[in-house]
Amino acid sequence: MSRFWRAFWIAAVAGPIALFAGWALWDNARLFVTTLLNGITLAALYFIVASGFTLVFGLMRNVNLAHGSLYMLGGYVGYLVAGRTGYFVLALAAGFLVAALVGLAMQLAVFRHMPGEDLRQTMVTIGLSIVLADLMLWQLGALAHQVEPPYVLSGPLRELPLVKAYSKYRLSLLAMGILIGVLLWLFLTRTRVGMMIRAGVDDRAMLDATGVNVNLVFAATFAVGAGLAGLGGVIGAVELSIVPGEDLRLLLASLVVVIVGGMGSIPGAALGALILGVAETFGLAYAPTYSVVFTFVILVLVLAFRPRGILGRPA
Amino acid sequence: MSAAQWRGAMNAGAGRLARAGGAPARAAGVAVEGRGQARAWISGMVRPHHLVVLAFLFVYPFYASPFLTYQIGAQALALGLIALSLTLLGGYGGMVSLAQMTVAGIAGYMLAILGTSGEAGISLGWPWWLAALLGIGIATLAATLIGWLSARTEGIYTIMITIAIGVAFYYLCLQNYSVFNGFQGFQRVYAPTVLGIDFRDPVPFYFVALACALAGYFFVVYLLRTPFGIALQGVRDNARRMGALGFNVTAHRVAAYAVAGVIAAVGGILLTWYNGLIAPNSVGISALVNILIIAILGGMGHPVGPFLGAIVFVLLQTFAIDLIDRERFNLLIGLVFLGIVLFSPDGLLGLWARLREKLATLRPRAAFNRRRSQR
Repeated sequence: MSRFWRAFWIAAVAGPIALFAGWALWDNARLFVTTLLNGITLAALYFIVASGFTLVFGLMRNVNLAHGSLYMLGGYVGYLVAGRTGYFVLALAAGFLVAALVGLAMQLAVFRHMPGEDLRQTMVTIGLSIVLADLMLWQLGALAHQVEPPYVLSGPLRELPLVKAYSKYRLSLLAMGILIGVLLWLFLTRTRVGMMIRAGVDDRAMLDATGVNVNLVFAATFAVGAGLAGLGGVIGAVELSIVPGEDLRLLLASLVVVIVGGMGSIPGAALGALILGVAETFGLAYAPTYSVVFTFVILVLVLAFRPRGILGRPA
Repeated sequence: MSAAQWRGAMNAGAGRLARAGGAPARAAGVAVEGRGQARAWISGMVRPHHLVVLAFLFVYPFYASPFLTYQIGAQALALGLIALSLTLLGGYGGMVSLAQMTVAGIAGYMLAILGTSGEAGISLGWPWWLAALLGIGIATLAATLIGWLSARTEGIYTIMITIAIGVAFYYLCLQNYSVFNGFQGFQRVYAPTVLGIDFRDPVPFYFVALACALAGYFFVVYLLRTPFGIALQGVRDNARRMGALGFNVTAHRVAAYAVAGVIAAVGGILLTWYNGLIAPNSVGISALVNILIIAILGGMGHPVGPFLGAIVFVLLQTFAIDLIDRERFNLLIGLVFLGIVLFSPDGLLGLWARLREKLATLRPRAAFNRRRSQR
């Protein structure tokens, strides 16, 4: 793309956004800033869930459509553990562990036996998501469950400039998102397993040829990816509450995030999550009945001009 | 790719094309040899079991109860028609689209919005044939657009993008009240009364569904033997090679989406009339996945697969209450789907083929005779 066209597209996208931001700030600055904060914090949750999805996809080409079910499973486990013990941290750990174990079991029992059959693996995850969703509905009912935030994070943070008061927990979401992003980055760049995963993303066959036990790497990746979904479930259970149907919502969010950001790329997931989270909350605040249309328009624009996603590389 | 790999890929592709059937090869031969032979070829295609099935389909409603005619027969035909569009796309185009129910839903919604429904404030009240035709047209347009978007991608990417589109449409219907009437959707969208025949009655509706299903089935069978259909199968097997041969791969894919869109739209109109309503849940994720389940259950190897799958699906849905708790239907169908995907990727058709092979090895004489009669 020539420099002119790049400048043109940037102007075409950024211009209307800047115009809208200017108008919204002038019209109602408090609403604008609150919505922006809501969007960014929602993006943090989306990032946590979608990073697991994109991690698994990048390495194994496995589109795990049961990812939303793992999110919901983590949420329910977090709810039960938090209810029994009263410790939020324990709930987080339990949500992560249980989802990771289920993911590990899926990888070892099923996907390991059908390597290279992308489409069939995806079909299996569809079947699993139906079964898991119905089992959870059966055991836990259709009512909404909510996890209590830990004491330090409950209630609003007061005396902020402009927005006056804002939920502490929502702000901490942002911190959690950044923390998990940094941890994930350290895991991928500084540890041995992380290096193997990155090597596997680039060239699976070569990694195998160098004598690495690829199945072990796959299992570890799947466990981490599924665990991130479970962790997201516990975090989301505080803010969004957990109810049948949430699995689908987060699955859609994960799909859009990785399609927009670029499949298999963690920075792409962060960027995609930011775009989707902000677009969704602004849509809800300023054009409620059409908010999903914004999501869709973003998806269409990205697919039309960058079919591999904004930060995606050709496979 | 090394030269050896290239050669391997080419040969694999060519081999698959040749194996994909006697059928396309035979069709090509017919085109050369002329029309007189074509008629002979068609009469050669019709076997006794075809006539038996056809006769059964025509006689069925006169012996079955209205419940069996309507709830099982008509519903299976309508669902099968939508799944047929997925089989055309997935089985012959290599594009597994989960948005086929969305296309059907768009047709249904248009039927309700343009025609008559319980929501007099939104529905425009146009005559049913105009609403149905426009619904099919708009849905086909939407299918083409979906195809244009997803034809740039391959394999699992197609699934992801079509799911995203389908779920986005579901949320649009759910959240929008001015056009789609939100959660409620449209009630009382009934089939019309024409020439004194009320098409809401089981038997007339069954025959409408049967006519549409047969038309769709024979159209797909025919389409797969046309140059377009053969090129589409070529694109499925080796898109790169077809591109190198001068075929416009994207155009073939988008055209397949458009054609499948028409079939799905007709199925959507039927299904809307059958249910008498269209609501967000008709295009929700479970509805999208149900179409995939039906297509996979029956098998994507032949256009008859989706109808087989639909019959099994509808029977399970209706009689699950006798097997297990009615609430647990999703569990049952999920397990059945998992079983099929894990153990028989070609669905019921694949099971049948394997069974026949096994029988053939048990009785070599019969197999020999059959092979001879096929020639």
